[in-house]
Amino acid sequence: MRIELEKRPERSKLFSILSPFIALGLTLIVGAVLFLALGKNPAEAMFYFFIDPLLVGWSLHELAIKATPLILIAVGLSVCFRSNNWNIGAEGQFVMGAIAGSIIPVMFHGWESPLVLPLMMISGAIGGALYATIPALLKARFNTNEILTSLMLVYVAQLFLDWLVRGPWRNPEGFNFPETRNFNASAILPEILDGGRAHWGLIFAIVAALATWFMMRSTLKGFEISVLGQSARAGRFAGFSATKMVFFAFLFSGAMAGLAGIAEVSGAIGQLRPVISPGYGFTAIIVAFLGRLNPLGIVAAGLVLALTYLGGEAAQISIGVSDKVARLFQGALLFFVLACDTLIHYRIRLRSTAKVANVAAAPVQSPAPVEAR
Amino acid sequence: MGFYEAVLISVMTAATPLVLAAIGELVVERSGVLNLGVEGMMIMGAVCAFAGAQISGSPFIGVLCGMIAGGAFSLLFGFLTLTLVANQVATGLALTILGLGLSGMIGESFIGLPGVRLPVLDIPFLSDIPVIGRIVFGQDLLFYASIGLVIGVAWFLFRTRAGLRLRAIGDNHGSAHALGVSVIRVRYLAVLFGGVCSGLAGAHLSLVYTPQWVENMSAGRGWIALALVVFASWRPLRLLAGAYLFGAVSIGGLHAQALGVGIPSQFVSMLPYLATIVVLVLISMDRRLTLINRPASLGQPFVPER
Amino acid sequence: MSQKDGSGFQFNLQTTKGNNMKKTLLALAASASAIMLAGPAAAQMDQVKACFIYVGPVGDFGWSYQHDQGRLFAEEHFGDRLETAFLESVPEGADAERAIERFARSGCNIIFTTSFGYMDATNAVAARYPDIKFEHATGYKRDHPNVATYDSRFYQGRYIIGQIAAEMSETGSAGYIGSFPIPEVVQGINAFMLGAQSINPDFELKVVWVNTWFDPGREADAARALIDQGVDILTQHTDSTGPMQVAAERGIFAFGQASDMIEFGPETQLTSIIDDWGPYYVERIEAVMDGTWEQQATWDGLAEGHVVMAEYANMPDDVKAQAEATEESIRSGAFHPFTGPINKQDGTEWLAEGAVADDAALSSMNFYVEGIDDQLPQ
Repeated sequence: MRIELEKRPERSKLFSILSPFIALGLTLIVGAVLFLALGKNPAEAMFYFFIDPLLVGWSLHELAIKATPLILIAVGLSVCFRSNNWNIGAEGQFVMGAIAGSIIPVMFHGWESPLVLPLMMISGAIGGALYATIPALLKARFNTNEILTSLMLVYVAQLFLDWLVRGPWRNPEGFNFPETRNFNASAILPEILDGGRAHWGLIFAIVAALATWFMMRSTLKGFEISVLGQSARAGRFAGFSATKMVFFAFLFSGAMAGLAGIAEVSGAIGQLRPVISPGYGFTAIIVAFLGRLNPLGIVAAGLVLALTYLGGEAAQISIGVSDKVARLFQGALLFFVLACDTLIHYRIRLRSTAKVANVAAAPVQSPAPVEAR
Repeated sequence: MGFYEAVLISVMTAATPLVLAAIGELVVERSGVLNLGVEGMMIMGAVCAFAGAQISGSPFIGVLCGMIAGGAFSLLFGFLTLTLVANQVATGLALTILGLGLSGMIGESFIGLPGVRLPVLDIPFLSDIPVIGRIVFGQDLLFYASIGLVIGVAWFLFRTRAGLRLRAIGDNHGSAHALGVSVIRVRYLAVLFGGVCSGLAGAHLSLVYTPQWVENMSAGRGWIALALVVFASWRPLRLLAGAYLFGAVSIGGLHAQALGVGIPSQFVSMLPYLATIVVLVLISMDRRLTLINRPASLGQPFVPER
Repeated sequence: MSQKDGSGFQFNLQTTKGNNMKKTLLALAASASAIMLAGPAAAQMDQVKACFIYVGPVGDFGWSYQHDQGRLFAEEHFGDRLETAFLESVPEGADAERAIERFARSGCNIIFTTSFGYMDATNAVAARYPDIKFEHATGYKRDHPNVATYDSRFYQGRYIIGQIAAEMSETGSAGYIGSFPIPEVVQGINAFMLGAQSINPDFELKVVWVNTWFDPGREADAARALIDQGVDILTQHTDSTGPMQVAAERGIFAFGQASDMIEFGPETQLTSIIDDWGPYYVERIEAVMDGTWEQQATWDGLAEGHVVMAEYANMPDDVKAQAEATEESIRSGAFHPFTGPINKQDGTEWLAEGAVADDAALSSMNFYVEGIDDQLPQ
């Protein structure tokens, strides 16, 4: 017996809606087996993973804090991926954005003004965008594989930050410990509501998601992105430039990552330190795919992924499962989501031998495949 | 043992896991599949190799366990991307997450145990040749495997019909399918080969490089291996050269520090990455190199039309 | 690219851990009167819940592992009276405050945060939960009366191993694998060098910074590079057993770090500087039980059993006897490793004849002593 795929004439509306739930169901089943094997009560474990973090106010705030950078970066990446540009280095752009945005509060730490925050946010976005220009330029000019250059630049950015906070930007009153001064009050992103730490970064994330959604859906730019992403050749016939798109995609995603970086530093940390991100730039790639490269889907996906982190902690404390289980859980969830999305475009048949009738269909794949160059 | 000899051996030790993982991924990519999960397969290989060696007491059984673990993990990737045509980039990333989590769980009981080192196998007579003998013929099994695999893959890809078929699939799976080649089956085999090689690389980490198990001990080497494949423009012998160059740059940085060169160590640590970028650019500037060698349908899903 | 928060990818430039400020006795007149007004706030407790936050996985066999050993020691000591919980691989940054707050809300009576980068988060949460005690390792901020800090004087052990190195080395040179140039590590390098110079004034030290606390492969590479450059003694201020294994392979001697690494080099390890947090954790949990917990800044060493030297092995008896004598004189307070005359690297005087470095100077140290042939990254 073998599994065969049969292309649907058009994407299935039913499975577009159902597939995330099927994936969640399968993850829960696997999770239950896993917890049983570990000798834990599966119902209790699931409660701590998915429900407990939603029951108290502060935890919701924390959920927002964790989801904010993920959503911001992933929204930028969705545009990039849709246009068939593979920016894997958002982590580096996040770091560079944080550094660029911190120039004012670190080097002009005495300056207090309502202008400080807007300037920080803008320079953060510019910093991220400029750093993303490097792989874009190398790809456009020399045809260099952007997956690898953007990835290598992550390490460079992290080491650069490390050097900055241990060297030139070290807090002169900090007993030679590697961190910058604490930002003054006018350089801190304010909290949205009392009762928790959630800051304005969340608003940025939601606005960015809505604006990107609108751009992709209703503007010529959005059309250009999808056309070029599906086929560079078709794009050329329509008069679009793939080279310009490389720059647009990288600048856009870089700016988003940079903004996320400075928002995180200004809203949640309050200073620069050797490590400012636990890998948001990489996790955001997963968020982008979980949200099927749709900005609104990404908001949901970012919240779900953030929930698994918080839930993982709750489960670690309450029933003593290790944090590796949380990772395993995330991996499994992602696998099932990817697998179930197949159902949107294909019917799955189990065959013994007989041949299936050929169903012709347009060669449109989603998400867009890596383009041949 | 002279200074240069010793340094060369250090470079080769640092490069061997990269060669092993990259040569596997090279075959995978030649068949038109992009598996970004090398890091995940490698760490699974490392933990299973260590566990196998501890339980059985034999490092060779450990190596076998590493190969099986890497291979099994790659089949998971194969099922999703080849059978269910899921996105290869995302699936590869998911594989890495899963691998890091699962290896941590498996390895919990092996922490703090000294490992069993894979013995050095001197090749009689040859290892007595001055200088070169000790470097090339006085190494462990996995080093010989890495060299053998590179030569074997070069021969297979460019000298055999099966290799031609595999490259044809990577360049145009549609035509290959029309000619009656079983695209999916060949790709499964390639992915499996890649997984086994990554498993070997992991085994090298936990049985040779630093014979112990600690979480996240692959520390990003899977990603470097991926970069090396492009760096080598999908040619096996260039891949070998690239891996040794990378090893030389990172070991050289440490030597420069020990000699007291006053460069901030962060910049020394950046060197291998910057060097990789520069070489990538140099290679891709020559369009013939990349266009001829890059598998044209890399990363594209294939669904046979019947 | 491994990763601390579980998502899986980045290459770790790990985290900071550092050391702390001098033992300051704080004037607590105001809070003392507040306590009197509030009545016996510090009542005795039969049952205590102690919670721990680790920056790495408990499986690192280094920093976090040793803290977890301390937790297990306390559990064993108190039996049913103590409940513990821990969170591992908590990234420094926004996640730390959440993790600490979660513990504060889950009924912990005392929370140990075990990495330098948790400093601000610990103080922020402590402000909101005045009834819970917070203990921050290696930091210097104690903004609220319920925050204490603690650290160990690892440099005491480093002076001893410096002496052993100078006795045991045939080439008169040692290799030092450094993690990050923070004061604690610089202190260690200086103490090692001073110890070595006390035996052999011309002793040479080669330093390599690997920019990680924990990457066995890279640490092993650094060890190989140092050995290839002719050192015949290795010491490390990174956490993995990688260098020890390389030393064993190449047949030279080495010193362990954080935990006893003798199993990784039975004929290689001369001794190891072990972090033993167990006694401190027991002492502080006991204080919570008795209602005697007070804010303090602890910086203890050999004398208090926070720094423990592993068995002196693989060395002649006279070297061993000398090491034991030095250990004893440091333990008793008769000798301080940083006793003048000591010059800075550039030859200017730092400590005059007979002067002893104060803790404040030690804990912000960012210069080398004379004789070290390396440039300190600034």
